[in-house]
Amino acid sequence: MIGVEHYVVVSSILFVLGVLGIFLNRKNVIVILMAIELILLAVNLNLVAFSAFLGDLTGQIFAMFVLTVAAGEAAIGLAILVIYFRGRGTIAVDDVNRMRG
Amino acid sequence: MIQIIVFAPLLAALVGGLGNRMLGNLLVKSLTTGALFLSAALSWPIFLAFVAGTAEPSVTPVFQWVRSGALSFDWVLSVDALTAVMLVVITTVSALVHIYSWGYMEEDPDQPRFFAYLSLFTFAMLMLVTADNLVQMFFGWEGVGLASYLLIGFWFRKPSANAAAIKAFVVNRVGDLGFMLGIFGTFLVFGTTSIPEILAAAPSMAGSTIGFLGGRFDTMTVLCVLLFIGAMGKSAQLGLHTWLPDAMEGPTPVSALIHAATMVTAGVFMVCRLSPMFETSPAALSFVTFIGAATCFFAATVGTTQWDIKRVIAYSTCSQLGYMFIAAGVGAYGAAMFHLFTHAFFKALLFLGAGSVIHAMHHEQDMRFYGALRKEIPLTFWAMLAGTLAITGVGIAGAFGFAGFYSKDAIIEAAFVRGTELSQFASLIGIFAALLTSFYSWRLLFLTFWGKPRWAGSEHIQHAVHHEHEDPSEEAAHGEHVSNPVGTAGYHPHESPWSMLVPLGLLSLGAVFAGFVWHGTFVEPEAGEAFWRGAVAFDEPLMHAMHKAPLAIRWAPFAVMLAGLGIAYGAYIRNPGWPKAFTDQFGVLYRFVFHKWYFDELYHAIFVRPAFWIGRQFWKLGDIGIIDRFGPNGLAWAVQQGSRGAVRLQSGYLYSYALVMLVGLVGAVSWAIAR
Repeated sequence: MIGVEHYVVVSSILFVLGVLGIFLNRKNVIVILMAIELILLAVNLNLVAFSAFLGDLTGQIFAMFVLTVAAGEAAIGLAILVIYFRGRGTIAVDDVNRMRG
Repeated sequence: MIQIIVFAPLLAALVGGLGNRMLGNLLVKSLTTGALFLSAALSWPIFLAFVAGTAEPSVTPVFQWVRSGALSFDWVLSVDALTAVMLVVITTVSALVHIYSWGYMEEDPDQPRFFAYLSLFTFAMLMLVTADNLVQMFFGWEGVGLASYLLIGFWFRKPSANAAAIKAFVVNRVGDLGFMLGIFGTFLVFGTTSIPEILAAAPSMAGSTIGFLGGRFDTMTVLCVLLFIGAMGKSAQLGLHTWLPDAMEGPTPVSALIHAATMVTAGVFMVCRLSPMFETSPAALSFVTFIGAATCFFAATVGTTQWDIKRVIAYSTCSQLGYMFIAAGVGAYGAAMFHLFTHAFFKALLFLGAGSVIHAMHHEQDMRFYGALRKEIPLTFWAMLAGTLAITGVGIAGAFGFAGFYSKDAIIEAAFVRGTELSQFASLIGIFAALLTSFYSWRLLFLTFWGKPRWAGSEHIQHAVHHEHEDPSEEAAHGEHVSNPVGTAGYHPHESPWSMLVPLGLLSLGAVFAGFVWHGTFVEPEAGEAFWRGAVAFDEPLMHAMHKAPLAIRWAPFAVMLAGLGIAYGAYIRNPGWPKAFTDQFGVLYRFVFHKWYFDELYHAIFVRPAFWIGRQFWKLGDIGIIDRFGPNGLAWAVQQGSRGAVRLQSGYLYSYALVMLVGLVGAVSWAIAR
């Protein structure tokens, strides 16, 4: 029987993978975007699992919202990347330190 | 009336000082001089009324000052015979010095400031002498100290003038500490600062003891000695005298007004004002006599060796102040005030005369470069001669004498007939100092007005000649003169303008007649008693006894005066080789005296250098080592280090920011859960 614990474990693993993806990644900004998607999906998985477990649809509706927002975020993120690439000619993470001011 | 006398100078000083260049030289000079002449004109009637015995002591309240528990004192203008004497001395000399300064300071760019300071000084001095409580006296005391400081350092571009001004202030501070402790102690003992009340209560305190510096001493002795230390500072007595000769860095009119006639006599005035209090402590009076005699002798010896004309007169002032303290110490307060009174005239005259000589000699002050000025500046010469006759005490008993004759002889006789060992010793010191006085005064006169011109050696004169004639032939003549300092260098001294000669003339009158006219009033037993009427502790029996002094004592001052004149004549006119022979013979003694008994060197070694050392330690170790290091510099260092860390934190990398956010989040969540 697959219980809610399994879902939680899976989503935690996904979440940690996403977080590590952001920190350990030194190569590519796109990987960071993917890592963020992974985190969001981990959260979604949690929401859906608990929604089913508790018999409360709110969580699933919330998951739909998150998917929508994630889609938008990915679109905007990729658009920024394209612009950034045009301007700097690279999207390697180690070169992206313009926040330093 | 007394209000106008005291506050007219203040008003003139305020308007003149604040208006300064806005009002212009002429207006400020007229205003201050006018105010002073007004004060002087109003003071003389008061004094003459006291002399005539028609005036009553009065106390004019001005306004309330302090009411705090047992401590209460007001601003008042109290006038009695003692104050009346000081009033005429101060306002007359000050008015004459004002008018003299019109000529003397003619070319100075800062005249309004000068005149405002002079008037401010006069106001402070008047506040001092009209005080009826110790605190107002202290106010005046500090006021004259301030004005003295400002005027000594009037030429503030001269480093030596600034040094002298600071020295005067610091040395006076030492005396003021004594004065302040005296005031505190008086308040502690008597519970009041009012002078009449203190004087009334003083006899009942005689014999009681007070704890001071960990020991128990006679109350009145402690208080009187402390107050007298204040007087020593102001009146430049031995030990605290070092500032007075240096104060000659100020303009000459200042020396005449402040450092000869008025401010330096404040100490004598104070002792006389508090005379009933000093009378309760024989020990304190002995101390006063001793210091007076020591100063009298010391300053007279130094005066015989100095070359700077103003320094000679400065040491002479110091010495004459010693006479006044001898008189006060032996209880002859009338004689002390009498000498103060006559001294103000002849010493102001000598200083202003010296100023006139300096003016004529183009700011040369060294007497070695004077000589033969008798024919060149005859009016100045006659005035200086009158001053010299007055200070040396020329006169025939019973007939006529110059001012100093009456007052100095009164002091010497009073000291002798006092009868204690110390007072008789002081009397002998006084006679010996009279010899020295006569010698240095005539030496000054002979060096300045007789002999051959020695002007060529003076840089000032060279400079003046240089300035007037620029043609090369004169230059050639110069070179010749430098090698041979005897000569005129082509310089023609000019007599001073009338504004300077008129005060000299008026002061000459005072120097010639002041003693003759008023000696009865000040020191004769019955007339004196009627004049002072308790303003000072007038010792009538002593004044009676004075007339029965041994003939030797009565004629000794006259004899030593002649001896001093003879020695000076021999050494500086007849045989100019004498001084050199003497200094070669007694080189050690001469150098000791010439260097003012090495007082400055001694003080430099035991006070100035350690003070500098301590100051440097505080600066290097305390200030820089501790306060700066852990205070401002430490804070700056911490901020710098912190910001350097913060800069390193701001890498600009997204992932490191995210990591920090995560760590923060985890931290916050765990804290929330753990709580």
